[in-house]
Amino acid sequence: MDYKTVLTTCAYCGCGCGLYLEVLDGQAIGTIPSKTNPINEGKLCVKGWNIHEFVQHPKRLTKPLIRKNGTLTESSWDEALDYTASRLKEIKEAHGSDSIAFLASAKVTNEENYIIMKFARAAVGTNNVDHCARL
Amino acid sequence: MYHAIKERVTELLSTGEVKGFLALKKDNGHIKPHLYVSPDEIDQLSIGDGETAGDARYPLTKILTMLLQNHSGEPFGILARGCDQRALRALAAWNQISLEQVVVIGVACSEELARACNCGLPYPDEWLEGEQIEPKDPRPVEWEEKSPLQRLDLWRAEFEKCIKCYGCRNICPMCFCKECSLESEDVVTKGEIPPDLPMFHLVRALHMIGRCVDCGLCEEACPASIPLRALYKKVNDIVETRFQFRAGIEQTEQSPLHKIAEPPAAI
Repeated sequence: MDYKTVLTTCAYCGCGCGLYLEVLDGQAIGTIPSKTNPINEGKLCVKGWNIHEFVQHPKRLTKPLIRKNGTLTESSWDEALDYTASRLKEIKEAHGSDSIAFLASAKVTNEENYIIMKFARAAVGTNNVDHCARL
Repeated sequence: MYHAIKERVTELLSTGEVKGFLALKKDNGHIKPHLYVSPDEIDQLSIGDGETAGDARYPLTKILTMLLQNHSGEPFGILARGCDQRALRALAAWNQISLEQVVVIGVACSEELARACNCGLPYPDEWLEGEQIEPKDPRPVEWEEKSPLQRLDLWRAEFEKCIKCYGCRNICPMCFCKECSLESEDVVTKGEIPPDLPMFHLVRALHMIGRCVDCGLCEEACPASIPLRALYKKVNDIVETRFQFRAGIEQTEQSPLHKIAEPPAAI
């Protein structure tokens, strides 16, 4: 039996509430708001209270998916990256950089969003990059 | 700090008298709930006094209930203030835990905390830290003098702030129902903020009858600062007047509700 409380930040909105994930035998089973965090002071919204649910959710993607013949099928990282790179090049050449848009995520780290922004602007040459928090 | 507590916890863990000890820990600049399994970590033990007394209290009894139900038969230790002791007794009365599996180390609350909490009994039976502070008379509430319609207006104004985070229910050590009425669509309409006024909060208050031990964690968890304690205190004052019962005061006394309906089965 192994019970841990792990300090982390809520992955949902930009507030960044502090909370503890309750981990029992390697499974995230609950959430407790952090009392000493100056941002949320021991309070959470309904999304934060349920942050533990998606961490090990069975519906989470474990492999990249490529749409083949109209159906999303599992592929490998190599195949997915090759496909994405070659298709982006083709589309950019045929229709211009601004025909491509990037949808990032409010649930990833600032550093990860920076990478996608840099890729959109510097590699592809478009400023069509945003994420769900602005919608 | 807290040498007596640290010594006793070390003893409990080294001898194997308990499988683990639930208390609080200073960690990464914060204070968190923690299950101690080795005496090596004992140095960072906290009783929940952060910037001010008791500002880092957590529902340890709720975590204990979960651990005991996941590992039946194994004994655990727990750090307990007056409110925690009431919760332990009430949980035992409701068949959620067996007190025989629990070793308690008591903490008596400081005067600062006892007054801030306006606690009815800010100390457990025995304690290794703290001093006995006698409770003062409860603070008068503004709505006692008001008419029922005026009270309804006052409470509506409070309930309107609710964002339906379920924090009050999630943090409550006495909320252990597998199916919560507040999630039943027969009782609470899905997708409405604020939730059904005033039914959502009145349903919760009803469910606190004979259960609420006045630990105050609900009010501390409410992002809208709704005065929940005042509401639950009122219903339990009525229970005390009519049935001479308060949850968690007597060791094994069951709530009057046990006489009305089947209690939940023992774990």
